[in-house]
Amino acid sequence: MYVAVKGGERAIDNAHRLLAEKRRGDPDVAEISAEQISQQLTLGVDRVMSEGSLYDRGLAALAIKQARGDMIEAVFLVRASRTTLARFGYSEPLDTGAMEITRRISATFKDLPGGQVLGPTFDYTHRLLDRALDTGAEVEPAATAPVSDDATPHVLGLLDKQGLIEPASCRPDEDQSEPGDMTRDPLTFPVDRDVRLQMLARGDEGFLLALGYSTQRGYARNHPFAGEIRVGMVEVSFVPEELGFAVCLGEIEITECEMVNQFTGSKSTPPQFTRGYGISFGHCERKAMSMAQVDRALRADELGEDRTAPAQDEEFVLSHCDNVQATGFVEHLKLPHYVDFQSELELVRRMRREQGADRQEAAE
Amino acid sequence: MTQQFTTCDRQDWMAVLARAPADLLENLWSGFDGKPSFKPLREPETGLVMVRARAGGEGAQFNMGEATVTRCSVISSTGQTGHAYVLGRDVNHARAAAEIDAGLQDGKLFADLDRDIIQPLKNAHDKARQLHRGKVAATRVDFFTLVRGEDD
Repeated sequence: MYVAVKGGERAIDNAHRLLAEKRRGDPDVAEISAEQISQQLTLGVDRVMSEGSLYDRGLAALAIKQARGDMIEAVFLVRASRTTLARFGYSEPLDTGAMEITRRISATFKDLPGGQVLGPTFDYTHRLLDRALDTGAEVEPAATAPVSDDATPHVLGLLDKQGLIEPASCRPDEDQSEPGDMTRDPLTFPVDRDVRLQMLARGDEGFLLALGYSTQRGYARNHPFAGEIRVGMVEVSFVPEELGFAVCLGEIEITECEMVNQFTGSKSTPPQFTRGYGISFGHCERKAMSMAQVDRALRADELGEDRTAPAQDEEFVLSHCDNVQATGFVEHLKLPHYVDFQSELELVRRMRREQGADRQEAAE
Repeated sequence: MTQQFTTCDRQDWMAVLARAPADLLENLWSGFDGKPSFKPLREPETGLVMVRARAGGEGAQFNMGEATVTRCSVISSTGQTGHAYVLGRDVNHARAAAEIDAGLQDGKLFADLDRDIIQPLKNAHDKARQLHRGKVAATRVDFFTLVRGEDD
């Protein structure tokens, strides 16, 4: 247990001054701006927005700078900043089918209506360090090609039309019910899929990646295919009370992943594929893919599967996926625990004394 | 005076104003002659909107995460009330958007504002979008499978 301590103010102040100096680094090297971070470390900014659960590139970039590039510290700063702002309300649900596509691929169908576009990707690079990047050489402008106006509907709709996959759409009455909000209501298990998705969307990429990986290695059998991964801009709309109609607030970048998983069937339903869903702010492909795998694994009860693996254990996954909570509890161990430890020390000494006395008695 | 615009018209121009790059919007607005004067009904205020998404893109709704939004309301000297809700924290963007929203509701100002502000913003947006689409289109990939994995 942590017991409050007093003192150390001067040392703490000086430690923070030293931190500021270390953050700045060698003053002969140009200082990095939040704007540069926002423009050039975009995927880092995206991750901080996703796990910080706040879409604001400027705040996320500043948080990365302040945190000296420590991503979890940056997520923590964004979460803290969020609590200072009032909430105007809830948006209309995003229409990701109408996304302005930057990247769209499918590992299940090679010919898609609307086509596959690779967009800006690390895929198919050789992963060799590019020393030329550090020489300030000019970047060749991106190639362009004639544009097609074909719509880009969700790929899994193709399977849905043939009844080969569980439908994504919900009944109108389900659509009327207010989704749960774990930022407002305390979590009690078991939770519904809406709250699970909310928690996974802000969950730690590394934790979800490891769990997703575990499902592929046999810890929850649901062999996945990446049905579709898409990245692009989506409009956000909101109905202000004073207007009474939906207004477009602007656009945000979203990554969406739909996994196609092993089929199930029962006496009443013929065998069909099932779905896992992942989504993130910005371009966080690994996160969206991992989230989709874990979402699918957590649907074990709903799909009548045995829960045998960590990734299927809702309470385990959801209680540990939040890196701000996790780091808070792990890192608090650094704070003074002197009183607590004193009592442990006393206890050990007493036990040793008693055991020593016992031994002596036994020897006699 | 009868209202000369539909809700749909207003949604369209509000979308154009919200999506516009803030600096371009403010430049066009500061260069516009014949503005009425405006009084704030609600000073620009930054807050949050919880963004909702749907499971599987089309299914049941869930709360995905929040976004910063700045809102502002003004009333013009000619009596129109303008509102703005804009992603981000740019108070000048929100104020300009609210003022232009009020202006566009004034039948006498509509044509000028549409020509000098809304159309240029739309054109800039379309141009940027076409350029983006062209760059993305160049990465279009046609995978073909080799004999293994094909039916025939």
